[in-house]
Amino acid sequence: MGNWVLPAITFLPLAAAVILMFIPKERVGAIRMLSIVLSLIPLGISIWLWAACSHAGAQFPNGAQFGIDIPWIPALGVGFTMGVDSLSIPLIFLTTLLTTLCLIYSTIIEVRPKEYFWMFLLLETGMVGVFTSLDFILFFVFWELSLVPMYFLIGIWGGPRREYAAIKFFLYTMIGSMGMLLAILALYFNGGHTFNMLALAKAQPFASASLAGALVFWGLFVGFAIKVPMWPFHTWLPDAHVEAPTAGSVILAGVLLKMGSYGFMRVLMPMMPQQFTAYWKFIAALALIAIIYGAFVAMAQTDLKKLIAYSSVGHMGFVTLGCAMAANLKAPEVSRVMALNGAQMQAFSHGLITSALFFLVGVVYERAHTRDLAAFGGLGARVPVYAGMLAFCSFASLGLPGMTGFIAELSVLTGTYGISPLFAGLALIGIVVTAAYMLWMIQRVLFGKLNPKYEKMPDADAREIISIAPLMALMLFFGIIPGPIMNFFNTASKAMLGLLK
Amino acid sequence: MIEYAWLIPVLPVIAFALIIAFGRKLHGEGASVAIGGMLASLVISFTIAAQWFLGGASKLHDGLYSVVIPWMPVAGKTIDMGFSVDALTIVMLIVVTVVASMIMIYSIGYMHGDKRYPRYFAYLSLFSAAMLALVVANNILLMFMSWELVGLTSYLLIGFWFEKPSAMRACKKAFLVTRVGDVGFLAGMILLYLQTGSMNLFGEAGVFEHLNEIQGFVHVGPWMIPLIALAGLLLFCGAVGKSAQFPLHVWLPDAMEGPTPVSALIHAATMVAAGVYLIARMYPVFLADTSHIALNVVAYTGAFTALFAASIGIAQNDIKRILAYSTVSQLGYMVMALGVFGYAAAMFHLMTHAFFKAQLFLGSGSVIHGTGTQDIREMGGLRKKMPWTYWTFLISTLSLCGIPFVTAGGWSKEEILTVAFFTNKPVFIAAVIGAFTTAFYMFRLVYKTFHGEPRNHEIHVHESPKVMLVPMVVLATLAVVAGYVGTPFANGFEHNLAPVLGEHYEKALKTALESSGFHAGFHWNIFWIGTLAALSGIGLATIIWLKPILKIEKLEPAFGWLAKIVENKYYIDEIYQATIIRALMLAAAMYWFDKWVIDYCIVNGVGYLSLILAQIWGWFDNNIIDGLVNLSGWMTGFGGRVLRQFQTGVSQQYIFLMVVALVLMSIVFLVGHLSEVKWVIGFFQQ
Repeated sequence: MGNWVLPAITFLPLAAAVILMFIPKERVGAIRMLSIVLSLIPLGISIWLWAACSHAGAQFPNGAQFGIDIPWIPALGVGFTMGVDSLSIPLIFLTTLLTTLCLIYSTIIEVRPKEYFWMFLLLETGMVGVFTSLDFILFFVFWELSLVPMYFLIGIWGGPRREYAAIKFFLYTMIGSMGMLLAILALYFNGGHTFNMLALAKAQPFASASLAGALVFWGLFVGFAIKVPMWPFHTWLPDAHVEAPTAGSVILAGVLLKMGSYGFMRVLMPMMPQQFTAYWKFIAALALIAIIYGAFVAMAQTDLKKLIAYSSVGHMGFVTLGCAMAANLKAPEVSRVMALNGAQMQAFSHGLITSALFFLVGVVYERAHTRDLAAFGGLGARVPVYAGMLAFCSFASLGLPGMTGFIAELSVLTGTYGISPLFAGLALIGIVVTAAYMLWMIQRVLFGKLNPKYEKMPDADAREIISIAPLMALMLFFGIIPGPIMNFFNTASKAMLGLLK
Repeated sequence: MIEYAWLIPVLPVIAFALIIAFGRKLHGEGASVAIGGMLASLVISFTIAAQWFLGGASKLHDGLYSVVIPWMPVAGKTIDMGFSVDALTIVMLIVVTVVASMIMIYSIGYMHGDKRYPRYFAYLSLFSAAMLALVVANNILLMFMSWELVGLTSYLLIGFWFEKPSAMRACKKAFLVTRVGDVGFLAGMILLYLQTGSMNLFGEAGVFEHLNEIQGFVHVGPWMIPLIALAGLLLFCGAVGKSAQFPLHVWLPDAMEGPTPVSALIHAATMVAAGVYLIARMYPVFLADTSHIALNVVAYTGAFTALFAASIGIAQNDIKRILAYSTVSQLGYMVMALGVFGYAAAMFHLMTHAFFKAQLFLGSGSVIHGTGTQDIREMGGLRKKMPWTYWTFLISTLSLCGIPFVTAGGWSKEEILTVAFFTNKPVFIAAVIGAFTTAFYMFRLVYKTFHGEPRNHEIHVHESPKVMLVPMVVLATLAVVAGYVGTPFANGFEHNLAPVLGEHYEKALKTALESSGFHAGFHWNIFWIGTLAALSGIGLATIIWLKPILKIEKLEPAFGWLAKIVENKYYIDEIYQATIIRALMLAAAMYWFDKWVIDYCIVNGVGYLSLILAQIWGWFDNNIIDGLVNLSGWMTGFGGRVLRQFQTGVSQQYIFLMVVALVLMSIVFLVGHLSEVKWVIGFFQQ
């Protein structure tokens, strides 16, 4: 496949979207089938990438695998530079997998299906592009590109307050992008007039700590932190999630949030390690607030979807906590590697678990037309398959051993404990509260007397099971056999720690 | 056979998967598969036990058979997984497989006709698998993982009848309360891993080999305690949760909302004993702490729980809740024994307790099955109608009371009392009072349930079917004979168990015991104290409930207030309730903050501010900037209007204007060249 594999995986969804334009919008069946089948190609390529990427191979910033670097706007030093390593491949896999599953799930969309599928394929190009680009301008273009289809997905196919949520989502992220763009330009002018991320990571333009360095760092940081989202930049998330259509929420939680944490690891840590290590305590404190605060706020929710949305805030807190801990130079290396491994694993695991949970929220919402937790009850007896899936994913979410969430939290906590027992101890509070609200949610939805309104509620159907079961299988597989994926993360972490000096 | 030990937990997992996949299509609607898997595990366990103790496999493997496989890479090293077999493992394997298979057989009768019958057996299989994995694990991480999985299955089984509001609350409570303890276990595990660099327990690189390297002190509140003691205490947190020790005991009585066989298996015999097993397995950590801080905490927590729970047991009227408090109290006994260096004694009591307490629960299940009620105030006189249930129940009760020589419980209680007598007198006194109280409330239960006259004639009592009676008889038999493996005259149990600690820690344990003047064997004085305590408890119960010499009504005025406190379980639940409400209020407050302060005030505030700014700019734009633009436009228009006056289309006018223009231009030209004009005039003047 050579070096054209990355442009291929990035632009195939766009090509699929173009093909889709030639199908008359009345032929809904063909549109659905075609987009699902075409989305399988990037998924296949991402699995091939995973298999073909060698652990010991080139690792950012000393090169990347399947790299391609051709001039794009030579006058400005902008290149069409792509490449992947073990940091990005699991996320590319997650993106392509979730897109296919979302398309399968979305075959029930009746409102303007052609536009919907078109937007989704465009979105996939944007998301994959973020993870494959190694040129800052290209990265930024894809970063912004992923924003637009999501805006329309929320704004057109969303819930009652969709316009408010869509605009809030868009503006929030745009504000972040603004600072980011300025920071990118600052890096460009101070880093030898290049947008090449490999070169910038080697140059580390703001190595000598200065006011400019701090400003550039925080510019990038806020841009990524909004995406993660870190406390206190998180309030767009519940609104966007609640109003987005089911598949939109899945992609939002599964991939778009990961772009933030990916930015931390791909941009902030390699390019501004001095600043990252200087501010690690502050970042860790924000992460810790997110873990505890997110859990408590989730507990106070009465809307099922909002509860899952807030659980994301807490879970992503473990990702940022792991990153921050890895930046503590005085700590033993084992702890730092573990923390960073855990952060990557948590990002991946959250992509599986929370996506599945958002699917499950959609399943019950389409039947009950409500997400009010007080309105459910006793569904466990009526819809056993659905109940089993919801309980499975909820337990995965609260970190039950044998599933990916546990491996991730264990790694982050072990890493953190070796660096700051106090932070680890406080994070444990979040774990207990997470268990509390998840179990309470299960109780309110599944247990107790069946609400007579739902006496005839049908159980999960084939379409729903097909879109959720692969995620459950992966949670279990990587929870029991974490070796293959942790090997990947380990390689990335070690390379990263080589930069944080 | 020993190399197939990994099959012991795997077989029930296969049974679980089969039942979940095929359900009612299987033989016996899944029950046969579950029981088949369990019996196969039982056979393997017994074969291993025979080879180990009788066939010399113990010597062949140097007291420990261990297999380790790499599992997860961490910064150039790996975290392993693995299983091992030693005497401690084998004891637990026997206990778990025997009790689990008996209870599965009993469940065929008890759960007959339940609408989720196959699922019940699936959960039981998964539980057994997790419990057996916990036992064969030679790795703290695998132990923790199985430990949590055990908690999950306990949650599923307590909430098996989740339509009942009490059951759904109880399962949540059980999971959450034990999770509080588990967080301690997790922290302890991480601490040990970071200090020793390994998750494996045994071997050159294992945790136990490197315990003496854990030096240093930590501040815990106002105290300075050694790091190793902290590790022990954190692990003990896990045991406090799972083994329902004070103050995390509150979940166990509520867990009785599950089906009774579940209570027998999980909440009497095996899972709740896992905490005791954990301390025993990790005993080197406690012994390595030469200050014995952790062990003292263990001892006093256990002793307090034993007394505290026994006292609550007196005032309860639900047959299962009485047994639940009895379980809490007996677990306190075991924990206490571990705290006073009674390593083998605690494990011995764990084994005998598993048999007689499982039997008692099955007996209570038979009573509930036969009468349809759990309230002992509605029972009475069941002795005649349920003879099998009565006699087996009585035998197990005597074993629980610790009647010497003839019951298993007698031997194990004796051993605990002996070790406590030498090492810790206050704990010994607590143990004796506990023995008295236990006998008292147990015979209150027996008398009110089986003796006297039937109090509620609307209940039609019937004896349970054979499939339920056979397991009860088997367990009652074990409640008598299981004690003979560990009599003080020939203590085969202790002899085999002590070497499990490894040479170094076996010696440490011996030194600690000997320094307190302990010497093994049979002590008449301790024997009499223990026996008299039990007999006087039985006697007092007899003169109150069987032959009412002491009228309960007369005692009421003197002890009424005390009875009320005890009946309400010292209001511990109410205290927790208040705490949980606080937590919910905190959650609500944080959400309020999130919604109004961060989102509404700050985020939307910024939004509105931008909007207002935009409006100001808009006004400025409309009126000032646009005004200027419009002004220029207006001016152009005005100019146009003025100039239009000249565009009439009349040619004479144009010619006229042309002439005027020509004249004007000539004048301008002339004025512009005025100097030249002067020059022209001058020319003419010259």
